Amino acid sequence: MTLKIQIKRILVLIVFIIISFLLQTSVLKYIAIGSITPNLFIILVSSFGFMRGKKEGMLIGFFSGLLIDIFYGVGNLTGFYALVYLVIGYLNGFFKRRFSENDIKLPIALIFGSEFLYGLVNYLFLYMMRSKFQFFYYFGQIIMPELVYTILVTLVFYPIILRMNKFLETDEKRSAGKFV
Amino acid sequence: MKMRKRTPLLSKYWLLILAVLCVGLLLLSAFTDGKAAGPLRGLTNYTIVPMQKAINKAGVWLSDMTQNFETLEEVKQKNEQLQSRVDELTIEKNNLQQQRAELERLRELYKLDLHYSEYEKIGAHVISNNGSNWFSSFIIDKGENDGIKTDMNVMAGSGLVGIVTKTGQNWAEVRSIIDDASNISAMALSTSDICIVRGDLTLMKDGRIKFEKLPKSDVEIEVGEQIVTSYTSSKYVQGILIGYVSEINDDANNLTRSGYLTPVVDFKHLQEVLVITQRKADMIEE
Repeated sequence: MTLKIQIKRILVLIVFIIISFLLQTSVLKYIAIGSITPNLFIILVSSFGFMRGKKEGMLIGFFSGLLIDIFYGVGNLTGFYALVYLVIGYLNGFFKRRFSENDIKLPIALIFGSEFLYGLVNYLFLYMMRSKFQFFYYFGQIIMPELVYTILVTLVFYPIILRMNKFLETDEKRSAGKFV
Repeated sequence: MKMRKRTPLLSKYWLLILAVLCVGLLLLSAFTDGKAAGPLRGLTNYTIVPMQKAINKAGVWLSDMTQNFETLEEVKQKNEQLQSRVDELTIEKNNLQQQRAELERLRELYKLDLHYSEYEKIGAHVISNNGSNWFSSFIIDKGENDGIKTDMNVMAGSGLVGIVTKTGQNWAEVRSIIDDASNISAMALSTSDICIVRGDLTLMKDGRIKFEKLPKSDVEIEVGEQIVTSYTSSKYVQGILIGYVSEINDDANNLTRSGYLTPVVDFKHLQEVLVITQRKADMIEE
């Protein structure tokens, strides 16, 4: 893989992270249902995790989380969301071998699982730690609605990511063929 | 084949390195009270923040456009409503003016220096909001360069919105009072009884906030009572309206009362806010 192609991929990823952040923090409020918004970062991190593997999933997770931490971190702490998304990206990387472009079931299942993990971690570390123990309330009112909504948005957002990735990969393959 | 065998090992190391980096950042920011993130925040000043501002501008323009297409009928109706509202307010204003004259007289008598109605403020636009469903905070387009510091109080219209929790050069994060982590020492306006106003995620949807530990005194506080920030609060300046009591109940211990407030600010449609540039901590030092 040449340096030029690598830089292209990195730039595209940065653009994806920034666009997700901007959408998440501005426009998404207007499509909220019952004041619940979907989570674009889970879709982004999870899908790059299973499409491209652990390393890329981790890096995207780390930088997305860091961006959230800088602006909307928990209190004064920086690094909480970076760690959460890092782990989510890594875990999704385990499913790279089973991933196929034509299969929508696996991506949806993985995004479902990641979003569930995200909700659970949020509750455990940010709510239960402050002695808020009504788990089923938070489960029913926040975690589940967010999950369902995120899956709905996945149907729109995931094909875009998939197409972009395919575009980058054909580019990479072509250049690899040229040089080898 | 060799490459494939090596990759899992590599990614494991990556995980370790990045996780240690995260934990390191967490610890560092915890011990330095958030100062460790300074350089990171600096990076965003000329990248993310201008984009957020642009998006916000586009959004405001769009909503202006859609408002232009309201039909004449609606405008007429609104005009009628507003006219009757003006009448109501005029009467109210006259009453208030009478009371104000009385108040001024009484104040002079008591020589009370009630300076809290004249806090210095600067205006700011809300440019982005917390995208998560767990917390409620937003970013404004003024920062350290405009003199914003952490712990400054933020108002919208006549009510309290929240408090500045983080600052960058040209942006600041404001945690709203309906956020689950928000805790304010407040008082009932008529009796000066102190209570605690606590944000709660379980109430965020109804647009309500909880208040607790209001002492049960002889003077019963009723629904509709104004709750303002108290004189004992260490972070909130005194006398800013938080909301009106919408429900009040005796606690099981029969010593205190608790209930719910309806905040005066509409948190769903915040566009402009006012930041009070005097901080309580500085005022106490003076």
